[in-house]
Amino acid sequence: MLKVLKSGFYTSVQDLGRFGYRNKGVPVSGVMDHISVKKANSLLENKVTDAVLEITMTGPTLIFEKSTSIVMAGASMSVTLNNEPVRNYKIYQVHEGDILSYGKLNKGFRAYLAIKGGFTTNEVLSSRSFYIPITQVNRLKDGDSIPYDGYADFIPKISEIKTDSFLDETILEVYKAPEFDLLDDRQLESLFSKDFTISKQNNRMAYQLKENIVGLEYSMLTSATLPGTVQLTPSGRLIVLMKDGQTTGGYPRILQLSDKAISILAQKREGNNVSFKLI
Amino acid sequence: MNHAPIKIKPYGEHAILIEWPNMVDENILDSIILFDEYLKTHCLPKGIWETVTAYNSLLVVNQVEKVDYITYKKKIGEWYANIEKGSKREQLLWKLPVLYDLDFGIDLEEVAQKAGKTVSEVIELHTSHVYTVYGIGFLPGFMYLGGLPKELEVSRKSEPRLQVKKGSVGIAGKQTGIYPQDSPGGWNIIGSCPIPIFDINKEDPCFVSVGDKIQFQQITLAEYNLHKIETEVGIYKPEKIVLNA
Repeated sequence: MLKVLKSGFYTSVQDLGRFGYRNKGVPVSGVMDHISVKKANSLLENKVTDAVLEITMTGPTLIFEKSTSIVMAGASMSVTLNNEPVRNYKIYQVHEGDILSYGKLNKGFRAYLAIKGGFTTNEVLSSRSFYIPITQVNRLKDGDSIPYDGYADFIPKISEIKTDSFLDETILEVYKAPEFDLLDDRQLESLFSKDFTISKQNNRMAYQLKENIVGLEYSMLTSATLPGTVQLTPSGRLIVLMKDGQTTGGYPRILQLSDKAISILAQKREGNNVSFKLI
Repeated sequence: MNHAPIKIKPYGEHAILIEWPNMVDENILDSIILFDEYLKTHCLPKGIWETVTAYNSLLVVNQVEKVDYITYKKKIGEWYANIEKGSKREQLLWKLPVLYDLDFGIDLEEVAQKAGKTVSEVIELHTSHVYTVYGIGFLPGFMYLGGLPKELEVSRKSEPRLQVKKGSVGIAGKQTGIYPQDSPGGWNIIGSCPIPIFDINKEDPCFVSVGDKIQFQQITLAEYNLHKIETEVGIYKPEKIVLNA
């Protein structure tokens, strides 16, 4: 077990997501920044679907109860293992009683802790990703224990990767989404020439942007949405749906983020800037 | 049967949207359901693809890899020409129990007043009509139902409630439905359904599918409590009628 001494601001178990139930209204969920997680799981020679901890803004303090190997990824935070600083995308062996402690957030917003073999919490509807009401909780609390299998003698093929960080990138590459053609020149001009600020309303369900553009008064029938869909409301608000976002919606879908852009946005917090670029 | 023309649109790296004419129409929904079934059986294997149907659209999503739009646009067009070869899915009418009383139906009297009816007339109207499931979304197991009688069209509450209880049956505008979990909401609450539409303990967590029909049945408080207990111990089975048997 991994014992949670302090849970941090919003720490949850996530895997790649919960597929096959969208037609019953179940969001995909899963890690917000799949690029960072993929690298971490690869280093550990894990399956791409292995579950990790998603750590948001303020990290936890954790005690390992079995030997294994771990990799930190995603946001840059000051992390120590038994008071020694550790870095992202490098394999560390841990043993019973070792303490991993997250400190200051330096860059990005969501850090990940991957573990050899993945965390082995229960699967619900074929996924371990936390999401209420599919799972009973949506985040860890102090005193929780998260199960994992011990790996005493894992010898990795590669112990560290130098990786190009995209934490500084601010350009979100987007595709035209189904209602894109409803936009007029003025709306297009504002969408693609301005920077937008991440508003206070940002979480795993959606990121709302602070600056409004001219709204769209269009009455459409409710239709499917995806993580990364940018909706435009009648009042001109831009809402980017994320991994826990609802599966259908009634606002015009004007843009769709690329997979990479979803990861870039997932590392942004209130006050950060982004811009859209059509591909 | 005549199937309405479709429009095929790209939707990001993993999905393609198929759209029918922009209207709420049973024939369109039938075409969508038939095509959805055809795609799932013959073209888009489960585990790689999933689909989301709603009102006049069908989204196909590849869970694993990026899709080449041009290739699939052509394929989907060809597949649609074969739609009649698809087998019709069972169409089910679900009879869902609802307790309409003033304790659970906290807006029942207000709705009656707005509609210019008595409370029993409201209940009679709500239970005598058969509703069509045009979509499931917003929350797990939340059904978008069409077919609310005109007399019951009342505006949503001016101030949404911060918490509407799970199972609450509401009406607002042209819509009626059941809140599948505790959530904020602005619909007028006229009753409560004791059985969960969405249950993660079941292999198929939501027994209702898009295209099914729903009819509400008035029950007493004693029956309500009984169904609650039956649900808790896992023996309650919602009543269903196969319509196209």
